[in-house]
Amino acid sequence: MAFYRSHVLVCGGTGCTSSGCQKVQEALATSLKREGLDKEVAVVQTGCFGFCRLGPIVIVYPEGAFYTQVKPEDVPDIVTEHLIKGKLVERLLFKEEMHEKPVSLYGDIDFYKKQHRIALRNCGAINPEKIGEYFAVDGYQALAKVLHTMTPQEVIDTIKASGLRGRGGGGFLTGAKWEFAARAVGDKKYVVCNADEGDPGAFMDRSVLEGDPHTVLEAMAIAGYAIGASQGYIYVRAEYPIAVERLRTAIAQAREEGMLGENIFNKGFSFDIELRLGSGAFVCGEETALLASVEGKRGMPRPRPPFPAVKGLLGCPTIINNVETLANIPPIIFKGVEWFTSIGTERSKGTKVFALAGKINNTGLVEVPMGTTLREIIYDIGGGLPGGKTFKAAQTGGPSGGCIPVQYLDIPIDYDSLAEIGSMMGSGGLIVMDETSCMVDIAKFFLEFTQDESCGKCTPCREGTRQMLEILKRITGGQGKPGDIELLEDLAETIKAASLCGLGQTAPNPVLSTLRYFRDEYEAHINEKRCPAGVCQALLNYRIEPEKCKGCGLCAKECPVGAITGERKSPFVLDAGKCIKCGACVAKCPFKAISR
Amino acid sequence: MNPLKMIKLTINDRSVEVAEGTTILEAAAQAGINIPTLCHHPELRKEGSCRVCVVEVEGARSLVASCVHPVMEGMVVRTNTDRVRWTRKNIIELLVAAHDRDCLTCDRNNNCELQRLAQDYGVREVRFPAAVRHDPPDCSSESIIRDTNKCILCGRCIRVCKDIQGVSALGLAFRGSRTKVGPAFNRGLANVACTNCGQCVAVCPVGALKERSAIDDVWKALNDKAKHVVVQVAPAVRAALGEEFGMREGSLVTGKMVAALRRLGFDRVFDTQFAADVTIMEEGHELLHRLENGGPLPLITSCSPGWIKYCEHFYPQLLANVSSCKSPQQIFGALVKTYYAENQGLDPKSIFSVSVMPCTAKKFEAARPEMARDGVRDVDAVLTTRELARMIREAGLDLPSLPEEEFDLPMGMSTGAGAIFGVTGGVMEAALRTVVETVTGKELRHIEFEAVRGFNGVKEATVAVGDRILRAAVVHGLANAGELLGRFCRGEVSYDFIEIMACPGGCIAGGGQPRSCSKETLQMRANALYREDLGKKVRKSHENPAVQEVYQKFLGKPLSEKSHHLLHTSYEKRSDL
Repeated sequence: MAFYRSHVLVCGGTGCTSSGCQKVQEALATSLKREGLDKEVAVVQTGCFGFCRLGPIVIVYPEGAFYTQVKPEDVPDIVTEHLIKGKLVERLLFKEEMHEKPVSLYGDIDFYKKQHRIALRNCGAINPEKIGEYFAVDGYQALAKVLHTMTPQEVIDTIKASGLRGRGGGGFLTGAKWEFAARAVGDKKYVVCNADEGDPGAFMDRSVLEGDPHTVLEAMAIAGYAIGASQGYIYVRAEYPIAVERLRTAIAQAREEGMLGENIFNKGFSFDIELRLGSGAFVCGEETALLASVEGKRGMPRPRPPFPAVKGLLGCPTIINNVETLANIPPIIFKGVEWFTSIGTERSKGTKVFALAGKINNTGLVEVPMGTTLREIIYDIGGGLPGGKTFKAAQTGGPSGGCIPVQYLDIPIDYDSLAEIGSMMGSGGLIVMDETSCMVDIAKFFLEFTQDESCGKCTPCREGTRQMLEILKRITGGQGKPGDIELLEDLAETIKAASLCGLGQTAPNPVLSTLRYFRDEYEAHINEKRCPAGVCQALLNYRIEPEKCKGCGLCAKECPVGAITGERKSPFVLDAGKCIKCGACVAKCPFKAISR
Repeated sequence: MNPLKMIKLTINDRSVEVAEGTTILEAAAQAGINIPTLCHHPELRKEGSCRVCVVEVEGARSLVASCVHPVMEGMVVRTNTDRVRWTRKNIIELLVAAHDRDCLTCDRNNNCELQRLAQDYGVREVRFPAAVRHDPPDCSSESIIRDTNKCILCGRCIRVCKDIQGVSALGLAFRGSRTKVGPAFNRGLANVACTNCGQCVAVCPVGALKERSAIDDVWKALNDKAKHVVVQVAPAVRAALGEEFGMREGSLVTGKMVAALRRLGFDRVFDTQFAADVTIMEEGHELLHRLENGGPLPLITSCSPGWIKYCEHFYPQLLANVSSCKSPQQIFGALVKTYYAENQGLDPKSIFSVSVMPCTAKKFEAARPEMARDGVRDVDAVLTTRELARMIREAGLDLPSLPEEEFDLPMGMSTGAGAIFGVTGGVMEAALRTVVETVTGKELRHIEFEAVRGFNGVKEATVAVGDRILRAAVVHGLANAGELLGRFCRGEVSYDFIEIMACPGGCIAGGGQPRSCSKETLQMRANALYREDLGKKVRKSHENPAVQEVYQKFLGKPLSEKSHHLLHTSYEKRSDL
């Protein structure tokens, strides 16, 4: 085996791919070759590091230097300064928001220090396109352990004892699901991996598939052994081309190495996996809709019971686990229940990956133990809110979840605590909002999404979300009427109580939780025709305050419709009739003289 | 699921015991408790989509749809709580908000399931803005008109088309509140593989699907002094028309119907059953000819235009097996404009030929280009049973109190064999009566062929015809037909003669019949036709004196050149999309 003195890891996730990592990697290869270093220094394309805001990311080992936003032009510096002269390229090192000096090393960055990576353990650490690298980090050891030393029931017992709960949203006990399917009678059984990640802003599943595809394959084989299935399907969105490609590569390599296929490890167990590509319908993340789609039908949910564990794919007992859930399986088997249950809270074990987005400095993927507080995630890991703005609320659980106000910043987050405060874990989207976010507008955004993504099958979801959205549009458009809040609540209750599937039953949550914590904002919109956050355009009235205006005329120059007029050095005037409320003048005014 | 195992549960504090696998809806019905439904239909796959049937189940997080939720031991169900009623009312209100509410001018006014529910649940105002589509109706089809603005997306039409008919001409397109029912690629029904069977029309709870009406054309002809207007009535019509006037299901209203037609102004009131007897003469001899001359076998009946179109779309390789006989409607039409016209000394162009059919596909059939000679159509207008009922009401006639009258001669004379054409197995039975006697020359002692009666999806019989055994099969419902033909094409089965009817139950369940959803109603309509058969003096087609006269005076003999010219036709392969 070749020995390299240095390894240069280039992130090959979707985020970094779109910011140009491919060119960086090519430049590195060319440059190293030119310098004659290609036998000494290895360039490795890895999965996602999670710090997507600062891509493309390059880490140089053994030092662990963490270079961010690397461009092809920066490559000569990395090669000559770092790899030849042994000096860190200071200007490319990550600089922490809170600290003065750049942090040189990967392990010292706050963003990573407080994380506990189980599902993401190999993302950014190994080359996902080489099964050998997965073997090197104990890959397929859990499958070997299961096949050599455990009965199917012991596997199920282990997963049950670990307390692992579904990471896709519902939080159902994974072991219990496996047990139902194991006990169900059927000639054939199936394992299906739900990789139809659909929550806006959530991309942890994509990250696992891109960075560590073999862990999913290994976990599915273990599940197959546990329930008595010999065929698995991964239902993955076609919009994840890199993940699809890496899965294809991984499946081919696993078959070649005998980790999939007939008689694995000569233990008489056979298991194979096929991909099924979804076309990006949010509802296909719902398990019965997903199964319909795998079968080639329109992705629409059907009533349960029967549950898929009893009657699933093609009428056979089927377990459906999400990617992140599966990524936890091999470590649980390999490291044991005790290790896993030592992490997390009483009823939510292990870790959870969150996708940080919105008004937060460090957007990206973070994995933290269950029970971590929102404050830790947002401030310690996420680096706080940009521009010194104040935290107003965090939205978790995507379109099915709710908004958590500031008074809950310190509650330990797990499945149950989130449900108690009217939100949910969901798949782990976490959107931070500051004082400039309008909560009615946020609710409208999510309703727009759910009513658009409703499959259209059941009345409450199809018609109810449409009407809720109409009311929200009315309120944010300045046409709100007394009684609208009550009508929203009325509809929300109907949709929750009577919808066919989880999508509908949770669709009103963004409205209900904002009504619960920010009712005054709704009232201000309806009764005072005022948007306290200054977001809803129809409710804004632009005005130049004469006492603040210095008559510089910048606003008039900027105004695209000529609504501002005046003589230089005396206060300008804004014609509200002409104003299109674009906000360009406000952004331009150096004296904050324009109010809205 | 063990249907012998009994499950105990409580519904509204009453203890109920039902078989395992029963739904809450069914259990409640057994306990005498009515739960409202909309997407549910007893003959269709359960969907659970409209959510109007929600009930409270103790311990369940949300309400459950009773039409799909199975009962469980010890379950505590409440069907009439405030929460349940309030939720149902909200759901109905949401549906009404999304529905084109021109009830007064709607085909289904006073006969609409949504209207009835809104009434029952006291929906007196709609608090939401109307969320109605403004799509132009799909009028492309000769048979069916679709108005998506009235569609409530219950999916019954999709299920009947896919599951019962095996056609899948309709499906869902788009998502969320933009979801709509329609043929693929937003085409018109005429431009996809639709068989025009009208089962979608029969199950639609609202006015989104209806037949293309011929009422105006018929009134116009009736009022045109220069026109000699002749009407023929299919057998199944007389077994169902009474339902439209509040008469008991299964009432046989042949005589009253004739009286009504005469009062509407038709110059002659004839019977399609006469043409059914002619069909048996032609098709029976075609069968014998094929048996003697090496096929192609099996011979497949051609009376059902829904089936013919299905065959053209999905089994074009079997078109040579389909009898070349026109259907009774078209045979009748051809004879009216030739034989009858000659007899009466009428110019065929002055005759307006109307048929009353239990069927929507007959409208398409009558409009086929091959069903005319020299620009003279065999049949000028086709009314469904429902349309005839409307004309009778419009004319101020009260069907139940009309006297019984007889059909006009000669084309009103028919046999019991012709009558049973209207129920599955009837064509087969009628053909066997004639074929066996023709071959053996002896009178059949027992003319009821029970093996081909009844509502089993596929019925098989072997019948001795002289010294050979005839292998026969009868299917109804196009999905059943498709399955049987699939097996035949794979060489798994072989037959000499197959009767195929597009609609499940035969013409008595046609897409133009009074809307009903129960098997019991069908059984009663079938019984009515078998009563008509029993009541006939002549029960075998070849013994119909009027038919004998046609052959003597006009056609010569079955399969003669004249028959071929007038009474036979051919079909074409069509795309399966």
